[in-house]
Amino acid sequence: MERLVPVAPQNPTAKDRARVDWVHPFEQQTGCKVNTKIAGTSDEMVSLMKTGQYDAVSASGDATLRLIAAGDVAPVNTGLVPNYADIYPGLKNQPWNSVDGRMYGIPHGRGANLLMYRTDKVSPAPDSWSVVFDGASAYSGHVTAYDSPIYIADAALYLMKTRPELGIKNPYALDDAQLKAAVDLLKTQHQAIGEYWSDYQKSENSFKTGDTVVGTTWQVIANMAQTDQAPVQAVLPKEGATGWSDTWMVSSKAAHPDCAYQWMNWIVSPKVNAQVAQWFGEAPSNAKACDQTTDKNFCTTFHAADDAYWKNVYYWTTPIKNCLDGRGATCTDYAAWTAAWTEIKG
Amino acid sequence: MATDVAAPPVRRGVVRRAAAVLHRHAGLRLTLLLAAPMAWLVLAYLGSLAVLFLSAFWTVDDFTYNIVRVWNTANFSTVFTEPVYRTIALRTLGIAAAVTVVDAVVAFPMAFYMARIARPRTRKLLVVAVLTPLWASYLVKAYAWRVILSQGGVLDWLGKPVGISSPGYGTAAVVIVLAYLWLPYMILPIYAGLENLPANLLDASADLGAGAGRTFRSVVLPLVLPSVFAGSVFTFSLSLGDYIAVQIVGGKTQMLGTAIADNVTLDLPLAAALSCVPVAMIIGYLLAVRRTGALDSL
Repeated sequence: MERLVPVAPQNPTAKDRARVDWVHPFEQQTGCKVNTKIAGTSDEMVSLMKTGQYDAVSASGDATLRLIAAGDVAPVNTGLVPNYADIYPGLKNQPWNSVDGRMYGIPHGRGANLLMYRTDKVSPAPDSWSVVFDGASAYSGHVTAYDSPIYIADAALYLMKTRPELGIKNPYALDDAQLKAAVDLLKTQHQAIGEYWSDYQKSENSFKTGDTVVGTTWQVIANMAQTDQAPVQAVLPKEGATGWSDTWMVSSKAAHPDCAYQWMNWIVSPKVNAQVAQWFGEAPSNAKACDQTTDKNFCTTFHAADDAYWKNVYYWTTPIKNCLDGRGATCTDYAAWTAAWTEIKG
Repeated sequence: MATDVAAPPVRRGVVRRAAAVLHRHAGLRLTLLLAAPMAWLVLAYLGSLAVLFLSAFWTVDDFTYNIVRVWNTANFSTVFTEPVYRTIALRTLGIAAAVTVVDAVVAFPMAFYMARIARPRTRKLLVVAVLTPLWASYLVKAYAWRVILSQGGVLDWLGKPVGISSPGYGTAAVVIVLAYLWLPYMILPIYAGLENLPANLLDASADLGAGAGRTFRSVVLPLVLPSVFAGSVFTFSLSLGDYIAVQIVGGKTQMLGTAIADNVTLDLPLAAALSCVPVAMIIGYLLAVRRTGALDSL
């Protein structure tokens, strides 16, 4: 018996996942039983994994290092996962899914945190994050931002590109002074914020009604809003963007590690990877998945194989004391970011 | 067959003897009667509050976020020294107070009409009308208000001819929605209080030459005020603890409830320390309200 915890932020449509079924064929094929539990946020998922009741978990980069540090997940022998060979090389051995060259999971999908705007309310068409930072006052009361401490990295990325004197090399590696600069920027932005979002449906709805006219979004929200005839456009701004790369990981206390390994191989197999990616609105991780999507433009829309696109995406990584850019142990950790986030929201 | 016949007399004998014992021992009777509710109150209700309070003295590891069971008061000093938590606590207090005032002002005339003016048949219909919204889901009502308050929503549309526009999502929206949600809890105690108001007091007041205003100030209000405070206990404490309505219509507003919810998965001990703030506020409010005699009319 196996239990899995996919994290919800990247699987918005999970509530009626039964309609596209990649679980039962797996159970029939392997004899492993799958019990799923969906977490609402990365933080909730980390606390679920602490219970030790789950064999495998799908985690974003803002959770992975916390799981690894707490010893809740085990390193993965990628040799036992045949489909790992077809995963895009850019997703392997990255700071958010590996430690000291050892992979802690199998990447299954990724996406960027894009800039979305109402084409009828925001002009000229923005190509920079400055529209939600330095220029946010023009849309005061109608700006949105992602409601999580990890959003501080969006401000850090903007500062990295616009204020080089701060010396930010990695938006997830901030010392006290750099964190303060990001917090100050976000406090200024706070005055223009209409609402923060963490619920993708509420966010889409706000863009549709015009309560929100500009702010961060996911590709899947942009697609939904456009399907609903909302005049919105999503872009990857010139500074690049933060993003997420999700990884299936194995619990260190897994009761059935064999099933967990079979699951990881199954979930990144071309056909299933395509199904999951389409369902959750993310770019698949398996290069062969693009031939299996029902929408033939899917991989183009989600930039699955577009290396130039992903080069500008800074994937969520848990901030830790030991700086991710190799400066030493002078950085602020996620606890400090959490406290800062409460302070920013006031 | 024989045992079937024999069984009832034996059982009746036991029941009868037990009844006799209970009849003779009043203390035992009371103990048995209260054992289950007391166990629930002490173990499940007060017990969980005690566990919450105790866990506020623990801490979490900076790196792994595992709970470290080392006795310390760091969380309380964070809650009391960080200016942001003071701001949030005061804002929550202000919202709860505003909701209570709005509800009292709106509920009083409604309750007065229901209790003293409406005919018996209309009165019943009005009570039903006040109670019905309580059967609808809280979430549905809050999301309905999200639609009402949105840009170009119902409120904008209705207010356009008179130049009123929706306040948008924010603190004002939270007060409006919470005041709507808790209104029945205010109307019903005031209604009960007004219904119990002896009619001859009003007659006596009129006989002594007092006008409607004077009668209201000197007779009605002092007698019904405890009922208003009784209703305020509900509106105030429910508003203090709310974290869902504020997420739906609050825009960027943080209340104690949302601050607790933000911390509960990552830093449970800090969330527990924060939870003590509304509990302390409610205890303080109850003690203050008790002096008015409001708790007797609950």
